[in-house]
Amino acid sequence: MKENKLIEIYQNDSVKISVRKEWCKACGICIEFCPKDVLAADEQGKPIPININECIKCSLCELRCPDFAITVEGGE
Amino acid sequence: MKTVINNYIREEMFPNIWCPGCGNGIVLGAIIRAIDDLKWDKNKIAMISGIGCSSRITGYVDFCTMNTTHGRALPFATGIKMANPNMKVVVVMGDGDCSAIGGNHFIHAARRNIDLTAIIINNMIYGMTGGQYSPLTPTKKFGTTAPYGNIDQSFDLVKLAKAAGASYVARGTVYHVRQLTSLIKKALNKKGFSVVEIISDCPISYGKMNKMRTVVDMLKWIKDMSVSKKAWEDLSPEEKKEKFVIGEFLDIDRPDYTELYSKVMEEAQKMGVSR
Repeated sequence: MKENKLIEIYQNDSVKISVRKEWCKACGICIEFCPKDVLAADEQGKPIPININECIKCSLCELRCPDFAITVEGGE
Repeated sequence: MKTVINNYIREEMFPNIWCPGCGNGIVLGAIIRAIDDLKWDKNKIAMISGIGCSSRITGYVDFCTMNTTHGRALPFATGIKMANPNMKVVVVMGDGDCSAIGGNHFIHAARRNIDLTAIIINNMIYGMTGGQYSPLTPTKKFGTTAPYGNIDQSFDLVKLAKAAGASYVARGTVYHVRQLTSLIKKALNKKGFSVVEIISDCPISYGKMNKMRTVVDMLKWIKDMSVSKKAWEDLSPEEKKEKFVIGEFLDIDRPDYTELYSKVMEEAQKMGVSR
């Protein structure tokens, strides 16, 4: 069950955003280029979805993540 | 958080070795998504790379992979394709690997039109060795070996590949990820030599020398500098100097090398030894 501990999951009724913190290098691409400003940086610079209700599930954070550390589920 | 990516990577190798925000990871994701869309068997794919940051890509994917010598990824790939024409062969190179050390191999692979897909990750610098300028560093940009600005004119890989005889030529960027995935998908599907040049970011080596110290700065720069083919036609020659045109530039059908070679073999066998 090691995997579950290292992945932080944030969700509401329609979307589930998972951040794999051990793989994230805090480059900030997902935070900067989110069209709805859903994400903010934590003290390490890694993403936390602060406005998860604004998420439109475009998955651009997931597509642009060079480390496969963030995923958006719930879209088509 | 299982995604399609997890089906194709060697998870034990992660997190990857690249610097934070490196475009190589974005390209890796785009290649995997394109291959997943095509539903190819991962045991029928050979991925070949040369030397450089980009060549580490072969270590992270669960295909048949090979990390070869500097600039020689295309000759190795040619050998694999000739020995087993049913294999889907993808070659991933950096800008220095493709256009400087392997420049000759690149034009001749295009001339032969051998059925390979060449993906060139162009970060415009030799990142791994400390930021020396490469043949794709734009004029007036800085490198550790060009502290007063690069005086050379850079290659236009798209024009080079077209002139040398490739069947499919496109250019994308790591900022425009959705377009990038579809360009790679088309290139993979193309019979013949297909080339996708990808404008990528290197904040550590290139950005540091060119006043773009963060990944975000570099990606914004790539976004601002990229123009579509349609917008490109309206630009003045002055404006064109700084910018990259992105999209699809060539998509033609020409008999590929493996096909022609198998015909030669058939003919030779018909003639037999009595000749």
